[in-house]
Amino acid sequence: MREFHYRRPARVSDALALLGTDPGARPLAGGTNLVDLMKTGVERPALLVDLRDLPLDRIEATPDGGLRIGATATNSDLAAHPDVRRRYPALAQAVLAGASGQVRIMATVGGNLLQRTRCGYFTAPATTTACNKRAPGSGCAAIAGEHRNHAVLGATEHCVAVHPSDMAVALTAFDATVTYETADGTGELPLAGLYRPVGGTPHLETALPTGALITGVVLPPAPVAAASRYRKVRERASYAFAIGSLAAALDVRDGTVRDVRLAFGAVASHPWRARRAERALTGGPADATAFAAAADAELAAARPLPHNGHKLPLLRTLAVAVLTELAQEAAR
Amino acid sequence: MTAPTSSVITLHINGEPHTLTVDHRTTLLDALRERLGLTGTKKGCDHGQCGACTVLLDGRRALACLQLAVATEGRAVTTVEGVADGDRLHPVQQAFLELDGYQCGYCTPGQICSALAVLEEHAAGWPSAVTADLRPEAGPPALTDDEIRERMSGNLCRCAAYPAIVRAVARAAQERPGESGTVAA
Repeated sequence: MREFHYRRPARVSDALALLGTDPGARPLAGGTNLVDLMKTGVERPALLVDLRDLPLDRIEATPDGGLRIGATATNSDLAAHPDVRRRYPALAQAVLAGASGQVRIMATVGGNLLQRTRCGYFTAPATTTACNKRAPGSGCAAIAGEHRNHAVLGATEHCVAVHPSDMAVALTAFDATVTYETADGTGELPLAGLYRPVGGTPHLETALPTGALITGVVLPPAPVAAASRYRKVRERASYAFAIGSLAAALDVRDGTVRDVRLAFGAVASHPWRARRAERALTGGPADATAFAAAADAELAAARPLPHNGHKLPLLRTLAVAVLTELAQEAAR
Repeated sequence: MTAPTSSVITLHINGEPHTLTVDHRTTLLDALRERLGLTGTKKGCDHGQCGACTVLLDGRRALACLQLAVATEGRAVTTVEGVADGDRLHPVQQAFLELDGYQCGYCTPGQICSALAVLEEHAAGWPSAVTADLRPEAGPPALTDDEIRERMSGNLCRCAAYPAIVRAVARAAQERPGESGTVAA
């Protein structure tokens, strides 16, 4: 591990000054991903700016019925929050489906959004494997190698890694906005716009300005989210990354879909909002045939690799199962 | 004069202050084991995947291998050495002992620290991934074997003593003050 300086500012402005002046500075929150990547040499910061003392850990209802989540709120506090469990249950389920109890207690919301892919070629301690995220231009070893859990949507010949977050999938389904600050002022991005398209530059992962610090996430009011669910398929019952996952919310009246939100996880370099499927369903019947057709419409753009084609039927089955459950519960 | 990549810090461990100079790269786990002689906390994977290094920070579970020592200043650390009351074992420790909640014992300090926190988290009403009804009005779910397995899933046991670990946690849960004893063991 490279030697580094450590600072623990008490004010956001002090943190921004530190992050803005040293290009080797990185914010430290829970450290569950960053410290691990520092051990393997993937991350080599010159300065860690510990966010622990910043007043960014609150979770509070907004006057319009939404929710504001501070960037350093922990995953476990988010999942336990009464408003999250009542109004955005898929978000609580997504958070609880991620990692382990210990990791959720350490990890934070801002850090969750900025965590790096778990692609084995990216995280490997050796620097001998090709990885365009680690060494731009070196190639992508996953395309001809181990890629069972890699992307089926939105990938390019430069990178096929997936974003590992469960939380971000639910946040994307509910149109979350990310707020940030730089030394020049505040800004915001829709979460769907936080992650840059892979293109030819997979090492450039977010649209945040240089030196920016995520300060929080804002969820707009979403009555449909009260009837929502997150389901994750993985290779063991707990404490594993997804093969595929789905955040879904459904408002059905008299058998007709009034509103629907769908986002897939573990399929792309970012949470995949299934807007094509949402459009196909809205105003139509809430039955298994329609759910399957909508999933097919979304997945028509998929380009599976030789060893991850199983994700497509898995995602289709997931969508039909979860939407059918939500429709049946709405009919009760 | 301290080099800029190290700091003098005071760690509060099991109620005792310890002042030491640490290279910033030092994890809490290595500080405990290599600098302070507190070897009860174990190093398994050193990458946050096995739970052997689980300690309590301000009463909550944390992985000491991913926690930098320098970032632990000002927080209360409880290791397995601080769990018993003198010679009197904590009920969680007693349950692991009586029900053979281990084989080789290497993961046990992490299992015990984790179990202590699991009981607190459950009592505080925290849901888990297997909790059927997430509504806060539903109250804490019964601490079934499935709930215990899910909540303890961050602690691996290579000897696979899992059935006895689940029984030990269930026993300790039943012995909590005010517990009605409705949990299936």
